[in-house]
Amino acid sequence: MLIHCPFCGARDHAEFSYAGDARLKRPAPDAPEAEWLDYAYQRDNPSGPHEELWHHVYGCRRHVAVTRHMSTHEILAARFAGTSGVES
Amino acid sequence: MNKQGWRVGAGHAVDEARPVRFTFDGVAYSGLAGDTLASALMANGVRLMGRSFKYHRPRGLVGIGAEEPNALVAVRRPGFCEPNTRATMAELYDDLDAISQNRWPSLRFDMGAVNDALAPFIPAGFYYKTFMGPTRKAWMAYEWMIRRAAGLGAASREPDPSRYEKMHAHADCVVVGGGEAGLSAAIEAATAGERVIIIDEAPALGGWRLREREVNGAQALVATLRGFDSVTVLTRTTAFGLYDGLQIAAVERAQDHLPAFDAHTPRQRLWLIRGKRIVLACGAQEQPTQFKDNDRPGVMLAGAVRGYLNQYGVAAGRRAVIVTNNDSAYQTALDLRAAGLDVAAVVDARETLSEGAAKMARDADVEVFAGAHVTRAIYKGGLRAAEIEQAGRIRSLPCDLIAMSGGWTPAIHLSTHLGGKPVYDEAGGFFLPPKPRPGIEYRGAMAGEGLDRAERPLRLAHDRAFVDFQGDVTVKDVKLAHREGYRSVEHLKRYTTLGMGTDQGKTSNLAGLTIMAGLTGKSVAETGVTTFRAPYTPVSIGALGGMDAGERLRPVRRTPMQDWHEMNGGAMGESGLWRRPKAYVRDGETVLSAQIREARAVRGGVGCVDVSTLGKIEAQGPDAAEFLDRIYASPVKTLKVGRARYGLMLREDGVVLDDGTLARLGPNHYYLTTTTAQAANVLAHMEYHAQVTWPEMRVSLVSVSDQYGAIAVAGPQSKALLSRLAGEEAFDDAAFPYASIKIIPFGGVSVRVLRMSYSGERAYELHVPADAALSLWEALIDAGATPYGTEAMAILRIEKGHVAGAELDGRTTAADLGLAKLASKPTDFIGKRMQARPGLVDAARPSLVGLMPADGASRIRSGAQITAGQDARNPGPMLGHVTSACFSPAMERPIALALLSGGLQRQGEMLFAHYPLRDETVAVTVVSPVFYDAEGARLHA
Repeated sequence: MLIHCPFCGARDHAEFSYAGDARLKRPAPDAPEAEWLDYAYQRDNPSGPHEELWHHVYGCRRHVAVTRHMSTHEILAARFAGTSGVES
Repeated sequence: MNKQGWRVGAGHAVDEARPVRFTFDGVAYSGLAGDTLASALMANGVRLMGRSFKYHRPRGLVGIGAEEPNALVAVRRPGFCEPNTRATMAELYDDLDAISQNRWPSLRFDMGAVNDALAPFIPAGFYYKTFMGPTRKAWMAYEWMIRRAAGLGAASREPDPSRYEKMHAHADCVVVGGGEAGLSAAIEAATAGERVIIIDEAPALGGWRLREREVNGAQALVATLRGFDSVTVLTRTTAFGLYDGLQIAAVERAQDHLPAFDAHTPRQRLWLIRGKRIVLACGAQEQPTQFKDNDRPGVMLAGAVRGYLNQYGVAAGRRAVIVTNNDSAYQTALDLRAAGLDVAAVVDARETLSEGAAKMARDADVEVFAGAHVTRAIYKGGLRAAEIEQAGRIRSLPCDLIAMSGGWTPAIHLSTHLGGKPVYDEAGGFFLPPKPRPGIEYRGAMAGEGLDRAERPLRLAHDRAFVDFQGDVTVKDVKLAHREGYRSVEHLKRYTTLGMGTDQGKTSNLAGLTIMAGLTGKSVAETGVTTFRAPYTPVSIGALGGMDAGERLRPVRRTPMQDWHEMNGGAMGESGLWRRPKAYVRDGETVLSAQIREARAVRGGVGCVDVSTLGKIEAQGPDAAEFLDRIYASPVKTLKVGRARYGLMLREDGVVLDDGTLARLGPNHYYLTTTTAQAANVLAHMEYHAQVTWPEMRVSLVSVSDQYGAIAVAGPQSKALLSRLAGEEAFDDAAFPYASIKIIPFGGVSVRVLRMSYSGERAYELHVPADAALSLWEALIDAGATPYGTEAMAILRIEKGHVAGAELDGRTTAADLGLAKLASKPTDFIGKRMQARPGLVDAARPSLVGLMPADGASRIRSGAQITAGQDARNPGPMLGHVTSACFSPAMERPIALALLSGGLQRQGEMLFAHYPLRDETVAVTVVSPVFYDAEGARLHA
């Protein structure tokens, strides 16, 4: 699988380590317990496009938010995590 | 030396002027350069090449290439033996030494063949049904015998002496398959200016065209292709997998065809090739037909028969019966006739012959039985005749060869590796590849081009007709699977083992599911096929490992003092990628006595230990304080410049992630250490939160683990020793109190000195630029510090009840470890909220305690299970386990740390530590985990 790092370009997925769901938002400290449980434990596993984080550990060490089709592994978009713009 | 009596002509591939000697099962034979082991054995009249997997039936060649299910042999070389080598793929070389498999005592007389007589009693699933009772006891008893009786070759028990290598390559166009279609595709791509890599598993490009009588056309294509500089040709290379990102994995057999290995070349090369586009031109595979005893030596695929004749000049028989359901086998009749061999008849399942078939039959002057079937092979020490049936009439046709063609099916394996279901072509009677992903195209047979239409009448063959030769699966087994409800192809496969052999059912899947379709009344398309997975053909583990084997499996990380440790008696132990000295063993010492001497030296004077393996992180930026305050459970913002403290870090689920030291070098500058084991994880954890959770925070993080060496100097004499090296003033307690950091020059080198202690003694941690670390280490030793290793370090921390990796096991909370106070600041931090969830505050959770043997002497082992009951066979509920244990020189007895349900509320209780692996039970008393200097006076001594 090739992942397009916005900084380093297309790289083999072996340079990355998987870092989970890109859409997680850490709840406020006083948020309801259910929200915290969702954040800590509950994960979606859709059969289709899913935005997930890949940490470019053997590259620029940035977390890249990759939209990947979970059934075909097709990569539809990639951006730096923590940014909003689509950068590649 | 035997004569090659079955060599009847000049094959394209062999050189008659160059004989090659080889042995099979110890018998010497002669073949020709260019032969495969299969063709050379055939030339010598060897028909029996193996025994089948389950029934030990005699087996011979079926095919000519990668599809071969039967002729699996072990090829021996000095130092190693490669089992399950397909004789059809093994190129002949001088003194090749092959032996047959799965027979005892010999191939001709095999005791296991008794299974064949018992076959009616051992259908699919027999062993499991019979022996896998509710208790599994019978299976446990018989499994060994069953596994011994069934099987293929045996793996060598010796280390593989060969060298392997991995190659990464890129191309505009990767063509898999060097046949006519692949060659044309490659020429087109090269003409268009593309960089091309073309892969073929045979020694030469040309594919099936090389198995025709006339090969000039194919050779012309190859010559054209060779004219392009932009084309890389990989022969003897099998593309075995297609992966995401248009990547082909292939294994090149660089030396397996040579009599002796060149030490400078790897035996095999694993190629990982990315293409901008990939052309799959993998060709087609011929399928067998089913009739009773169709697995006997002498029953072969019709195309293979033709191939052996044209390519190697070898006759598979003198008088053939050809059985077919398509036109292609008529070419075999023509070729056999042209070589002066006899063709008894063509038995064609089709009622009406195609025009092409009729013409070829006339040209070959051969009798055709239309609408007819072979019902049985008659075999008595050799193939004697084919029994055929036409319109209800049975007759016997004497022959020594049955050449069968059940049609051709595209070699679609690679095309399905990325998912997608093959499509059944009703008219052609074969599966075509799924709709290709972008960047992938199909050529030739893969695109359905040039395949003869096969007719597959739904007619059930005899029970003892073999469907899967390698797995010994018969028509009867498929029927049984159907009767017992295993009707989906996936269940059929798992129940009967159909297609699960090393050949992955290349000659059996289609027949198996056609029969199942007939039984269920569904169409073949509805029945579907099982999923093909990589690898297409077996790949040796060595090739997958490449150079990354033995000492190169993982890199070894070395501290700046590594050589010193190794030269000064260091008994090295593995610690992740590091090798660390457990103790420095002097003459007459054991590792145990050395570590006790070292621990005593620290408590009684001063010692030094290499802690360069700790993770070291610099955090800088205007928001560094706020960021770290959220990362650590310990308070950070209150830490003043120049001070340091113990830093505890939780995961978001409330479990402890790591501990270490956090020190503030400046208002916006922190220096952090992590444990050796978690160094990489902690940095990744921090980067995640800096980039993902709080991207607005201005903080930068960088690992300096390799830039700094680190030495802990511990013991009551540590201050005096360091003062001698760097001046008394620098180590004045008022200016450099416990829990602080100071940059102190040691002979011109700036050293970050942390006054922290994990031994309970007054101690300093010296973080020194890596290139100066060894000289500082040597200066410390010259000044009188006793070097100590990881074992003494462990003793010192266990005596003080400090937790380490064994306690930070990914399950323990701060409270479990007696560190609740360190994780109780009012502000938010990672893990704060979740550490309050009910499961983590349960009073019955195991928490940290100390243990001493009740008798004051018995050894307590790490990993021992703690119960209230003394009887190891009936110990009652498990209350906890021992995490760390040692002999304590300070207490002069064994001590241990444990995680115990109820924790220190059990202080004073006597419990039992069971270690069943050594059949040991030790009575232990629960005590405080701080065994030594509980008030902490020695930190300031």
